[in-house]
Amino acid sequence: MLKIENLHASIEDKVILKGLNLQVKPGEVHAIMGPNGAGKSTLANIVAGKEEYEVTKGSIELNGEDISELAPEERAHNGVFLSFQYPVEIPGVSVTNFIKTAINETRKAKGLEDMPAKDMLKMIREKSELLEIDRKFLSRSLNEGFSGGEKKRNEIFQMAMLEPKLAILDETDSGLDIDALRIVANGVNKLKSKDNAVIVITHYQRLLEYIVPDFVHVLYDGKIVKTGDASLALELEAKGYDWIKEEMVS
Amino acid sequence: MDLKEKIVSSYVAFEDGVDVNTDIHEIRTEAFQNFEKLGFPTKKLEAWKYTSLNSILKEDYSIFPDKEKTINLADVKKYFIHDIDTYKVVFIDGKYSSFLSETTHDAIDVCLMSSALNKAKYKPVIENYFNKVAKQDNLTSLNTAFAKEGAYINIPKNTEVEKPIQIINFTTGSVEATMTQPRNLIVVGQNAHVQIIERHQSLTSNAVLTNVVTEVFADRDATVDIYKIQNDHIAASLVDNTYIEQQSKSVVSVHTFSFGGNITRNNLNFYQKGEYIDSILKGITIIEGKQHVDHHTLVHHIEPNCESHQDYKGIFDERSTGVFNGKIIVEKEAQKTNAYQQNNNVLVSDRSTINAKPQLEIFADDVKCSHGCTIGQLDEQALFYMQQRGIAQKEARALLMYAFANTVLESVKIPEVKERITKLIATKLNVNIGFDL
Repeated sequence: MLKIENLHASIEDKVILKGLNLQVKPGEVHAIMGPNGAGKSTLANIVAGKEEYEVTKGSIELNGEDISELAPEERAHNGVFLSFQYPVEIPGVSVTNFIKTAINETRKAKGLEDMPAKDMLKMIREKSELLEIDRKFLSRSLNEGFSGGEKKRNEIFQMAMLEPKLAILDETDSGLDIDALRIVANGVNKLKSKDNAVIVITHYQRLLEYIVPDFVHVLYDGKIVKTGDASLALELEAKGYDWIKEEMVS
Repeated sequence: MDLKEKIVSSYVAFEDGVDVNTDIHEIRTEAFQNFEKLGFPTKKLEAWKYTSLNSILKEDYSIFPDKEKTINLADVKKYFIHDIDTYKVVFIDGKYSSFLSETTHDAIDVCLMSSALNKAKYKPVIENYFNKVAKQDNLTSLNTAFAKEGAYINIPKNTEVEKPIQIINFTTGSVEATMTQPRNLIVVGQNAHVQIIERHQSLTSNAVLTNVVTEVFADRDATVDIYKIQNDHIAASLVDNTYIEQQSKSVVSVHTFSFGGNITRNNLNFYQKGEYIDSILKGITIIEGKQHVDHHTLVHHIEPNCESHQDYKGIFDERSTGVFNGKIIVEKEAQKTNAYQQNNNVLVSDRSTINAKPQLEIFADDVKCSHGCTIGQLDEQALFYMQQRGIAQKEARALLMYAFANTVLESVKIPEVKERITKLIATKLNVNIGFDL
């Protein structure tokens, strides 16, 4: 599904990714862990197409197609979803109407008609129940005045509505209490299928107790320096990142 | 001959067409002398520091287009709010069009200024209200000097006018530049309620200059809602001088939607002559190219316990320029005044300009006055967020701009007007999305 080869990227002349390789197949869950400043969020933003970053070398392929030149919305239309670490507040646009616009603009890009209002309502009802979202919440302005947990839950609600092929969850666990974490993880698990894939970016092992990864990667200094199974996350939790750094040096 | 000379020298010809032995004509003549003395405003005047009329005063305007023009309803239907039943007072090149209008004398008067100025039965109202609240400045004087035609609306007390009233001025000047000077008078009795939609629309690519004066009187407990739709042809300029006098417990709102036109200047003045009055001034400006829109507002708090609410949003693209000058005067007697003023602007292009100036003169000590003014750009991170969810950049920008302006639309009480404005915004932003936010 996703194939990143030898990716080098920088922002304002600061080199952040230095030859990153990653391959994600349908049905898989990958976790990317690593210390602050390793380039985790940069990777997420680059895959989603944020323009400030410059890809200087390497390639990003989605289902065999190079997406590195596509606009963010085109990548979204191809099934890329990024759950933001810091979801943006958009006063004046309600959650419901934002998601309606997002779905219908995506359909328009694929040459489809708008989703019938009845189907849209049904879907909103189902997905909001899945994430235990109060319906009143849906008529509020997008993320405006939402708590950290509400923002994250709203991200996963949008993910549920958009049904992406590749979902990247950028520190979705930060700001969540244990109940919200369980709800969000449960939502993600229910949306998982053999046809889609999830990349979970996190500092902590906590979320991975609920969303069990097939692979755990350690991102350090712009590269993936270690890959293992779910047990690697436990090891990182217990020992921190210093041993990785030492391993790198030696 | 410059425009001022042309206007001054044509006054004698104008007098041929009106009854000169009336009190009204005395008012006109005095105003004429005033204009002759003052001339057109220049940038030397503080109130015109950021708006120059020079470029539009060079045109050789026909001042009294006297050829009767007819236009087909089918060609201009789109300029009306046509999906609801309304009264209509329509003018073509300053002349009344009975064909396009729907007036009434049934309990209320929705008719013509020319009748009101000439017929005896309207004399008491004219004597009490005509040119009473209008200022004697350059352009108002010019309008008064030639005041002859426009809409005359008189709503008796305790009357709720069911249908909105549309005042539409078309300009056809197919062969020449045209100047018109409509003069409207709106008198709303105690506890009466009326909604008015005003529009100036040029049907030609020749230059048009409209210098309109509207006087509004809202008696005790009256409610008046005025919607000004300014989406004129790029060769058309407008100076809108609106003067509103309110009595106790009246509520008057003016929404101004400025999307089109060349140079647009809105002089909107509120005078609160009683207690517990609410004055609401709102505007959305979305312009591009070399368009210029200037909002000059005045709220004069004269008596205690009154409120005013101002909310102006501006979006300026390309080389467009905007001005917001919001003056609030709170007299010494006007204790317990609540005056709010908000002016937020987005400069979409590096070359667009906004000159924003809140001006508060407060002489009372127990008042709440707040004003906020912001000038910013669209939030790039918000754009990326929206694009990530599949909304293309152009649409994402439009949605952000619409959401930004939406606080002003929320208070529009006529759904069809709101819908029309929403469509105009979508057209203006060149997107095809329904913004049902």
